[in-house]
Amino acid sequence: MTAGVTAGKTPSAARLRKQSWYQQPRYRRLFAMVITAVVMAQVTGVQGARNDLFYALEENFTGTGIWIWLGIFLAIWAVREFLHGWLRGFVDRFKELAAAPSDAAARKDPPPSGVPGLVRRAADGSRAVRGLFRTHRGYQLGGMAALLGLLILLPLMVSTFWQQVMVDQIGMFLLIAIGLNVVVGWAGMLDLGFIAFFAIGAYSAAFWTGGLPVEPPVELNNFLVIPVAVLTCLIAGVLLGAPTLRLRGDYLAIVTLGFHEIVYLTAKNWTEFTGGTRGASSDRFSIDLGFWSYEWGLDPAPYYWLQLAFIVGVLFLFLRLEHSRVGRAWTAIREDEVAAASTGVDTVRFKLLAFAIGASTSGIAGVIYASKLGFINSEMFLVLLSVLALSYVVFGGMGSIPGVLLGTAILVWLPEYLRDSVDPQDRYMYLGGLLVVMMIYRPQGLWPSRRRQRELRMSQEGTGAADALGAQPGGAQA
Amino acid sequence: MSLSDSWDVLVLGLVLGSLYAVIAIGYTLVYGVLQLLNFAHSEVFMAGGFGGVIALTIFEPAVDPSGMQSVVYVLLGIAAGAVLGGVIAFGLEKAAYRPLRRRNAPRLVFLITAIGASFFLYNLAGKLFGRYPIAMPSMYENKTVFTLFGTSVSVTQLLIVGAALVMLVAVDVIVNRTKLGSGIRAVAQDPEVAALMGVDIDKVVSRTFVLGGLLGGVAGFLFGTNLQVEYTMGFLPGITAFAAAVLGGIGNVRGAVLGGLLLGVVEAFTVEIWSDAWRYVGAFAVLVLVLMFRPTGLLGERVGRTA
Repeated sequence: MTAGVTAGKTPSAARLRKQSWYQQPRYRRLFAMVITAVVMAQVTGVQGARNDLFYALEENFTGTGIWIWLGIFLAIWAVREFLHGWLRGFVDRFKELAAAPSDAAARKDPPPSGVPGLVRRAADGSRAVRGLFRTHRGYQLGGMAALLGLLILLPLMVSTFWQQVMVDQIGMFLLIAIGLNVVVGWAGMLDLGFIAFFAIGAYSAAFWTGGLPVEPPVELNNFLVIPVAVLTCLIAGVLLGAPTLRLRGDYLAIVTLGFHEIVYLTAKNWTEFTGGTRGASSDRFSIDLGFWSYEWGLDPAPYYWLQLAFIVGVLFLFLRLEHSRVGRAWTAIREDEVAAASTGVDTVRFKLLAFAIGASTSGIAGVIYASKLGFINSEMFLVLLSVLALSYVVFGGMGSIPGVLLGTAILVWLPEYLRDSVDPQDRYMYLGGLLVVMMIYRPQGLWPSRRRQRELRMSQEGTGAADALGAQPGGAQA
Repeated sequence: MSLSDSWDVLVLGLVLGSLYAVIAIGYTLVYGVLQLLNFAHSEVFMAGGFGGVIALTIFEPAVDPSGMQSVVYVLLGIAAGAVLGGVIAFGLEKAAYRPLRRRNAPRLVFLITAIGASFFLYNLAGKLFGRYPIAMPSMYENKTVFTLFGTSVSVTQLLIVGAALVMLVAVDVIVNRTKLGSGIRAVAQDPEVAALMGVDIDKVVSRTFVLGGLLGGVAGFLFGTNLQVEYTMGFLPGITAFAAAVLGGIGNVRGAVLGGLLLGVVEAFTVEIWSDAWRYVGAFAVLVLVLMFRPTGLLGERVGRTA
């Protein structure tokens, strides 16, 4: 990124070429700002009306909103164009103050007083704390234990509505995202049909607890369904993966998308087996040990703890996987599949393994989901959800477990939080816009893994591909 | 199923398939120059449908248009669809993809951007124009033009196939005979060398998007004339058309046409033999089967660098 380096210093090529005033970068940016303001006015404007196609457009162009947005974006443009040097100096000074000591060996003078001193002390302090956590296992474990304790107590502090959201949506998508992260983040494959395995898990739960119109051979307890569902998803993952994993990266995307569509249509139309859109029921979780029994009921909190236990368990397994031989093989495949294959990594086998492991996690999530709701129908497994799940993972930072967890939690929480302040129908519009802006300004995600960040940086410099999809679009730009 | 029934279904399938072919070209061109699965192309298609509706709502057709009037309205709709499709595609490339190309973002980042843009665009359309199906204003009396082996062909069907044919021939000429076409092919083969040879990559990419957008927009208008316009109308035709592009061999314009027609016919027969509910299963099953035996599609890839 070289933005701003040449701004206003060298006589730009633009001045040598013959250009009208409106072709200069400055006025092109002004034009872009005006367009953005108009779009924002539409985005935040009124809802369209039935029988009057132009109602919303008329309202939005004549209302006050458009003037507010124009004001905001013109102000941004003016600051960017006329206060650029001043801002740049400010940012540079801040960076200099906050830089690590080795970067500024010349920094022998005592910390300055006032705000600059505060900045420097804050930066040093945060570095020291991060260093402690990075190098001392005790601090890491302590931090995790404190976080876990907080998470255990969390449902006691929020309303029932948020408890439901936490269990039905956030927890569910966290499990899914952890699984999808194995496929997308670690092995670098593009899976647009991940929720299909979630659906398979959910229907397994309904089938084995006797909720579907078809009678199972034996009725199982929900806890016993989990291994069965995991096995089913593993088999489905291998069946889908074996013929397709030899294909190129983006072909895999369209094939998995098609797989999801087929699973969805099967769930919807094969009503004798699945109940279709009318749905099917599923038992709830229960434990009966003879001397002690417990049944999970309508209260979301016990489900929350159950789910938390599953998430922690899966995380424990997967974190060990990340740096194992398998995890390193995935990294190699992601960074350069040809090189990995030529150094003896059985790429197809490891890709298949990633596919199957990811699928099984999704299956667990499906069983919990069906058991929690006690009811499933085909409309809960729309193709849209697979696309959303992928965007959650990328938003948080592919390949980084804390990033994936954080990103998923935020993106699932946000639409629920915005439920009261914006029209609920518009939520996915904001989500889409957020994804685009995020990818442009922070493609590595909220909390990227260090390895991934390095891959992205090298990719920007023209080395490597940073995912198993091959080289960058459009090649290296000058 | 009698022979004349199969003719009926075949005609339906070819009509649908010619639409898929036109959309698939948009995917395949963009894939050729950027190796990008442009998810948002289905929203360009949707924008074309809305462009037609908007233009025809402004210039309200007379109660029963006929003759020259009908021709004018149809041309107006096609032009409006093409313009809105082209504008959306152009804006998409400028606002979303160009900043990513500037910093050499990996391909997954492009894909997520495309998904985000797609969500944004179709929900914005739903917000502005209402989330319900809108019927295209009537431009002509949809009567049977002629009967072919006992199958009646309506004006709409003829219009769709005719417009698609014109566009397919035009694209083939543009890609193979013009300066822009050689630019597109050069960038698809090797962007760096193309740049060294004096090809302005930014311009070629931008114009490729516009070309795909014009086609997608017209397809959206035609689709809306055949059925109706709705903010979610892009998704399923979009992924089917992408499947068609992959089926024919991505980056290969003629392959996209072949794939589109094939998937249209397969879809029509799936609906006829099975039921409407299973509409998209046949197409994807064919896709998976073909890819298993011909991993680069029916006519082979034309992407310069194969990963």
